[in-house]
Amino acid sequence: MSSTIITEDLTKVFRGNIRAVDGVSFEVKTGEIFGLLGPNGAGKSTLIRMLCTLTRPTSGRAQVAGFDVVQDANEVRKHIGLVAEKMIMYNHLTAYENLRLFGKLHDVPGETLDKRIGELLDLVGMSRWRNTRVSDFSTGMRQKINVIRGLIHMPELLFLDEPTLGLDPKSSLEIRELTAKLNEEQGVTMILTTHYLDEADMLSKRVGIIDHGKIVALGTPVELKRRVSNSAAVVLQLNISNLTANLLSKVQSLECVSRVLTEDSTELKIHANGEEAVDTIIDAVRSAGGRISSIKNLEPTLEDVFISTTGREVEDKLVREAPQLPRRWRRGF
Amino acid sequence: MGYGREIWHALWITWKDLMELRRSKVRMAMTVLMPLIMMTMISFIYPSSENILNAIPIAIVNSDKGPQGSYLLAGLDAINAQTNWLTFKHASNVSEATDMILRGEALGAIVVPENFTSALTTHLYTANITILTDNSNPQISQMISQVLTQVIDVMSKAQASVDVYAYAQQVHVNPVALITPYSADSQGVVSGGGSYIEFMIPGLLMMTMIMSLMTGLPRAIAYERDVGTLSGFLVAPISRASIIAGKVLGRVVQGLIQGVASLVLAIVLFGITIHGDITWVLLTLFLGVFSFVGLGIVLTSVAEDETTAGMIMMTLTMPMMFMSGVFFPIQMMPDFMQTIAHCLPFTYAVDAIRRVMIFGVAITEISTDIAILVGFGAVMLLISIPMFNRAMTQ
Repeated sequence: MSSTIITEDLTKVFRGNIRAVDGVSFEVKTGEIFGLLGPNGAGKSTLIRMLCTLTRPTSGRAQVAGFDVVQDANEVRKHIGLVAEKMIMYNHLTAYENLRLFGKLHDVPGETLDKRIGELLDLVGMSRWRNTRVSDFSTGMRQKINVIRGLIHMPELLFLDEPTLGLDPKSSLEIRELTAKLNEEQGVTMILTTHYLDEADMLSKRVGIIDHGKIVALGTPVELKRRVSNSAAVVLQLNISNLTANLLSKVQSLECVSRVLTEDSTELKIHANGEEAVDTIIDAVRSAGGRISSIKNLEPTLEDVFISTTGREVEDKLVREAPQLPRRWRRGF
Repeated sequence: MGYGREIWHALWITWKDLMELRRSKVRMAMTVLMPLIMMTMISFIYPSSENILNAIPIAIVNSDKGPQGSYLLAGLDAINAQTNWLTFKHASNVSEATDMILRGEALGAIVVPENFTSALTTHLYTANITILTDNSNPQISQMISQVLTQVIDVMSKAQASVDVYAYAQQVHVNPVALITPYSADSQGVVSGGGSYIEFMIPGLLMMTMIMSLMTGLPRAIAYERDVGTLSGFLVAPISRASIIAGKVLGRVVQGLIQGVASLVLAIVLFGITIHGDITWVLLTLFLGVFSFVGLGIVLTSVAEDETTAGMIMMTLTMPMMFMSGVFFPIQMMPDFMQTIAHCLPFTYAVDAIRRVMIFGVAITEISTDIAILVGFGAVMLLISIPMFNRAMTQ
């Protein structure tokens, strides 16, 4: 199977010697959806900007669609589409005018372009809004136009950066279905970055987790989850009917417990390590007078993989002190 | 194939910018309103005596013991009746007139001395009419004293010719020639004009077009970068030069719309006449704009975001506007300011357009201006392109 993206030791160092991307080597196979996950400031955006030819690597190499991102930047651009987190469209123009503008900039010939615009609008069920200005659209409708705009020149590779961020559940679902459909029916290779790990799990064939500029885990979602369950790590869901603060701190202080999350007033989610972890926890709870009403050994999710590899959760609020990054770096797309 | 594709892409980007302008009623309105407000404002800041002197209250003190003082004031009244610039208020003595000025009831006063009739009848000395002015309002004071001095001077000469006539009849000479043996008469090298508005319009036109580019370009690109749409152009397989050229062209067209609007307003509202050939006027305007494209791109590359772009522009354009002779002649500035003015390329752009519009001179007459503008434009353009490319791929 051929690869659409190949990087070798790809590195970007910003002013102040900040290594945003630090020697990343990975491949994205042709036809797959590759999920790129990582905490804020981990280097996701910089990696994608380099692959899109928007940022020049400090060292290392990257090949996209068979072309070098530095030497043959313009060839790379012909083969990629970008659906950035910030929507690329002009509110004063209609859906059709937006799509046509970017088609023209990609040298799509006139008749092909009109046909293509029609097909893409049909695909997202927005043909009747063809001549309506984008400013009159809801966020979900805009995002649909934004996604098909990235496809106007039939790219082999589509970058999808947080495609469902800020969308309502229905629109998110529609975008996810669209993504899967484009991949299956049109064979578009995709790189997906998202904060929603369920989304990554559902859509991605393979997932890479990036942290501190390095890829720390790479594999199919199933492989990665198995890696967590095979290790001595366990995730327990414990229901204690008479849960007290005292009991909670006792559990937290156990050596085998790495993290305790309170789901509600009686339910705990405990990350622990070691062969005897389950025994130890149950003993500790019961000796403190806790009544265990139910216990469940949870299947690991991508979130557990994420936590065990990065030591952080995906949600912003729990990310420890994000390092102060240079402004240009945080600009994103 | 040449640059066909690049130009084609640039035109699409320009089309996008102009569509945004056309679809936004507010932007469209502002494009035309800006020059209108600018010109109206300026024509009021620098008024002529015709439209500012309107029934200005002036206190009159007649201390003359004889009848001549009253004749003089009657004459003054008759002259004023034609223009209605002044309204005369009676005061019994100098201190009352002064009080009136201090209280703001009058803006000036005319004091006829008590020896007025005596001076006119004896011809032994000159009677001295005093004009009091309001020092707290220097502009109005200056205008009033100028007008009154002139009027009284004319009346004095008229009186003189009547007196001299009696003597002159015996020697057969023209009494006026005796009183005023020579005089000066100034005229411009081209007919008509000479008003402040006419001095300012060419520079204002050049300024409008250059500012549209200089402030608009960095702001537009910084804005698109901030909202993320610039990435759409940057990941498209098009030359970076097409992006900047498309943006520049968009701004130039907007500047042209404003320029034409200013010109039409100037002709319709202020009765300006263009002496030069309109083709040369347009070519000179384009040359001025061209010479600033490079600088505009340099600033675009330096401006990190829209706010910064706005601040840089304010800092740079304000001195440029006021030091390049758009509003004040450079010759009126202190020496060191003149030196600075001569270092600003904008000065030459303003000079060139003014000569072309007012004098209608041949292109050879402004060859120095042209050489400086072309040179500056070319150098800045050469510097700017690599700067822009670097700024776009950090």
